[in-house]
Amino acid sequence: MSRTVLSALFSYWRRHLFQLGALIIGLALATALWAAVQAVNAQARASYAKAESYLAQAEQRSLSATTAPMRVADYVRLKRLGWKLSPVLQGRWRNSIQNLDIIGIDPLTSLQVPGQTPPSSAGGETPLLLALLQPPGGMIMHPETAGMFGSGYDAGFGHLQIIRSEAVPVGLAVVDISLASRLLGSAEQLTRLVLLEDVPLDREKLVQLPAHIQLASMAEAQVDPGSLTESFHLNLTAFGFLSFAVGLFIVQGMITLAMEQRRNMFRTLRCLGVPFVSLLGLLAVEMGVIAFISASIGLIIGHFIAIALLPGVSITLASLYGAQVEHGLSLRANWILSGLAMSFLGTALASAQSFYSLWKLPILLAPSTQARGQQLAGRYGAWALAGLALLAAGSIALMTYGGLLGGFVFLGGLMLGAALMLPFCLWQVLHLGQSLARGALAQWLWADARAQLPGLSLALMALMLALATNIGVGTMVSSFRLTFSDWMDQRLSAELYVTAQDDDQGAALQIWLEGQGHRVLPIRSHELQRQSGPLRIYGVRDDATYRENWPMLEARDAVWDKIAMGAGLLVSEQLARRENLRLGDHLPLPDGWPGEILGIYSDYGNPQGQAITSLAKLLDNAPGAPNRRFGIRLPVEEVPDLINVLMQEFDLKRENLVQQSLVKSRSMAVFNQTFLVTDALKLLTLGVASFAIFTSLVSLWSQRLPQLGPVWAMGVSRRVLALLDILRSLLMAALTALLALPLGLILSWALLDVINTEAFGWRLPMYMFPFDWLRLVLLSLLAAFVAALIPAWHLFRLHPHELLKVFSSER
Amino acid sequence: MSVRSLLLCCILGCAAPAFGQGFAGLGTTADGFATPQLGQVLSFPQDHGPHPDFRIEWWYLTANLEAADGTEYGVQWTLFRSALAPGEAEGWSSPQIWMGHAGLTSETQHFSAERLARGGIGQAGVTAAPFEAWIDDWSMRGDRGLQQLALSAQGDGFSYQLVAKAEGDLVLQGQNGYSVKSPDGQASYYYSQPEYRIKGTVTLPSGPVAVSGDGWLDREWSSQPLSEDQSGWDWFSLRFDTGDKLMGFVLRSKDGVEDFSSGTWISATGEVTPLRSGAFLAQPIAQAEVAGREVPIKWEVRLPGRDVFVVVEALNPQSWMDVAFAYWEGPVTVSGSHTGKGYLEMTGYE
Repeated sequence: MSRTVLSALFSYWRRHLFQLGALIIGLALATALWAAVQAVNAQARASYAKAESYLAQAEQRSLSATTAPMRVADYVRLKRLGWKLSPVLQGRWRNSIQNLDIIGIDPLTSLQVPGQTPPSSAGGETPLLLALLQPPGGMIMHPETAGMFGSGYDAGFGHLQIIRSEAVPVGLAVVDISLASRLLGSAEQLTRLVLLEDVPLDREKLVQLPAHIQLASMAEAQVDPGSLTESFHLNLTAFGFLSFAVGLFIVQGMITLAMEQRRNMFRTLRCLGVPFVSLLGLLAVEMGVIAFISASIGLIIGHFIAIALLPGVSITLASLYGAQVEHGLSLRANWILSGLAMSFLGTALASAQSFYSLWKLPILLAPSTQARGQQLAGRYGAWALAGLALLAAGSIALMTYGGLLGGFVFLGGLMLGAALMLPFCLWQVLHLGQSLARGALAQWLWADARAQLPGLSLALMALMLALATNIGVGTMVSSFRLTFSDWMDQRLSAELYVTAQDDDQGAALQIWLEGQGHRVLPIRSHELQRQSGPLRIYGVRDDATYRENWPMLEARDAVWDKIAMGAGLLVSEQLARRENLRLGDHLPLPDGWPGEILGIYSDYGNPQGQAITSLAKLLDNAPGAPNRRFGIRLPVEEVPDLINVLMQEFDLKRENLVQQSLVKSRSMAVFNQTFLVTDALKLLTLGVASFAIFTSLVSLWSQRLPQLGPVWAMGVSRRVLALLDILRSLLMAALTALLALPLGLILSWALLDVINTEAFGWRLPMYMFPFDWLRLVLLSLLAAFVAALIPAWHLFRLHPHELLKVFSSER
Repeated sequence: MSVRSLLLCCILGCAAPAFGQGFAGLGTTADGFATPQLGQVLSFPQDHGPHPDFRIEWWYLTANLEAADGTEYGVQWTLFRSALAPGEAEGWSSPQIWMGHAGLTSETQHFSAERLARGGIGQAGVTAAPFEAWIDDWSMRGDRGLQQLALSAQGDGFSYQLVAKAEGDLVLQGQNGYSVKSPDGQASYYYSQPEYRIKGTVTLPSGPVAVSGDGWLDREWSSQPLSEDQSGWDWFSLRFDTGDKLMGFVLRSKDGVEDFSSGTWISATGEVTPLRSGAFLAQPIAQAEVAGREVPIKWEVRLPGRDVFVVVEALNPQSWMDVAFAYWEGPVTVSGSHTGKGYLEMTGYE
């Protein structure tokens, strides 16, 4: 019997291929977006875990410096006291290809030399250790990182060999400590000393330590990329979930329609003696089969979406957090399983209501759609109350907990609460419209819209969420872009940036340039190893360039005079936020450095803390600070000539001479690449939402004949009816878009002010972009128009006898 | 002790996969490095210090010691210098690499330890006057030249602190310190102090033991490669009860046909006679399984010109130096035409 019933059930889909297609596409899209986001997250997390475990095994327990820097002399002294230690010098290496994190190890004492038998590099079969130790040295890096460097890198003092090894995380290079000290310009300092013995250190041993060196726990020794990037992944997950929810609205619409239209079939089957329970069971099997097929398609699509998104994601993570993710996507059980589970769960959720109503409604009675619709409408008040409660809960979480978690709880409450309140608001607006309407047809239009609301409300909720997300995220990205571009204008004020081959050439270059009457701004810095992480301190000349342009967020009066006198320093916003510093506070630094904070400046896109003092103070404390990079102020039109002269006079390579405009365009390109993912997800979500409206309208269409028949019979032509249908659809979409606007703005505020500040360490000003909103509203109207077009076309072409049938049929 | 250490650096390549590659280059060519010149007069104390323009160099001390109850011990303290490039530089960019080996052997126990360090930062090095050789917390410190030395080293399960006093002059090996290593003319600078009276304490897991005995120091530096067809060597330093001393070695060729042997006879009165090639003969007469391989631990040694026909037997057959570049090194006892004690080193037993 089951087979017969199943074939009867499936015969419906054979006759309604469009519905089947929409159902499968909806579910597949929902699954695909969810799975794609999960895959991207899983990939990124796996990369972090790899980096973390790499660092963990490489580090074990270590000694780190507190008040004064760790010096090579400290290391040697402890070694000669019998400590089993291996030195590590770590830092960010700025070069002309790609800035890299460098870990300098001493292969002679280190337990960990990554990839001891690496595949041979393009440079030939040079043995690993010799390649590391033999001057000028080699760099071990992940093949993906190595791809940027080719077979080697000309460091100015020799050709550095690249050794590829999967054992090294992406974005990191492991080098011999002598090379690290050259590349980082840090001859005397060390980052930490790894303890090679796992024996407990007794008091007698610990008192040998100098006052500024102490045993560091793992947590202190490194910054966990996981916690920084968590917000980004939460963001992605939220997007994925949103898309899934939107997709579910489609599925729900389709299933409801299929149940509705098969009511007669169910009744017949029941009359033929099919037990109610087995009917439900077989329906569940049917849904399960559909869910499985959709999930499989969804996973395949999701896989490709993830592959497409991953490069953008890894660029985002690298540029915002300095965290590195491998580009190659690997199949992981967790996201495949989660995709399958979500698909089944979603189908179950979406069909639950239909199953429930099938269970509850007497089989021999087929009440009108309208009656059930009004029943549902009664619940809108309750939904709105629940929505309000969610909003309140989110706000309370934000106010009491604050932070990233509070921010996300608030966002969740806001979005879900607003969605729940939407039908109630629409209901009230339509009610108001109806009471204000003059004329029978106008009144009917409003009332009919209200009657349609139950069938459309889920799709409209989806549309509102998608629109709000678009507005919110769009505002955030555009604000970011505007701020970033302004900031670059201020920050990159020199017309030409030059990098000399070495310090001697730097000094010669400076003298020559000044002799030519150009203003030269040396870019010299020194990296201090502090317990909270590395801090790069720049020393600047007293120059109008800084006084006029530097992007200061807050500062003392005459701040540049005080800086020039060496009375204090400026800190970046990230550093200030991370260490909770205010103007006038004292930044704990080794003796000799000025500590008083005279100003805070914005430093977007830099995950590490930074500070500025006078050039004189820098050189007092770090006389060896490399003197290779310069900004040069000169009339823009003279730049090309100067480039030519410098290339000839000083034998500088073209890539060592960078024009300001080029830096800006490169930075903007990185920035735009960064937000490609967001843009893609925005578009996909909106697409899915439009599809939801379309399927809802199509599914409503057949149920609406009983309402349209009488109106037609009273003399309203099919043409007018079709136009009114389109108009109604536009009205609903417009109302929804209007309500989505404030929601989107609150969302963007939360993103900019709460989430960003927590996640990135900087606060962005919010800018309004009314034209973007208008574009979105028009886009949603267009979507509603297109969605309404097919049902309207159907109505327009409908044979009158179909409308007449309304009166003859029992419905 | 000339050849063994030279070869050791060669053997590094085969014995240790991790570091071997790094040192493998050392035994191949002498590019850019200085080479020993015949007629160059060694001058002290400068030549007690390092010669960074040469590729390899070592300070090598072995000692046969005895406790009050007659228990015998052997001690080894060695510092090797290997240069990746000629010359010295300050800081991390120094091309010099230092390697220390320490060993302590009794009849039933053998301990070994190793230290690696780089030059330029002060973690390891040698100064000529006052003399000091050190790596990490191991050191060999002298007051007047090499006349008196204070030695210390420690590793897992053992340590020692010894004082050595020289009784006699330095011995310049070969032709006034120019020691030819092969028929092809490869050579090294080489001198020794074979007459140390040693006192001090060795510490084993069971506790400290006061000891005394005799020691032998070798100093050698060179840059030149060894023959590629040699698989290892057996090196003997024997101190006979008559007061005569014999240093001899056999370089085993890979094909087992053309072994190369040489050595030095140092009479009780201090007269030094280099042995002609092939005069020194050594034949294994018993093997033992050591660290998973067969190693000869009993030898018949002959030097017919001096009427020496002796059996040399390991005090502890398991004297395996379990370091990155493992080899056998330990005290031996001598019986037969002459009696006495000494040290044996064997490398290249795979």
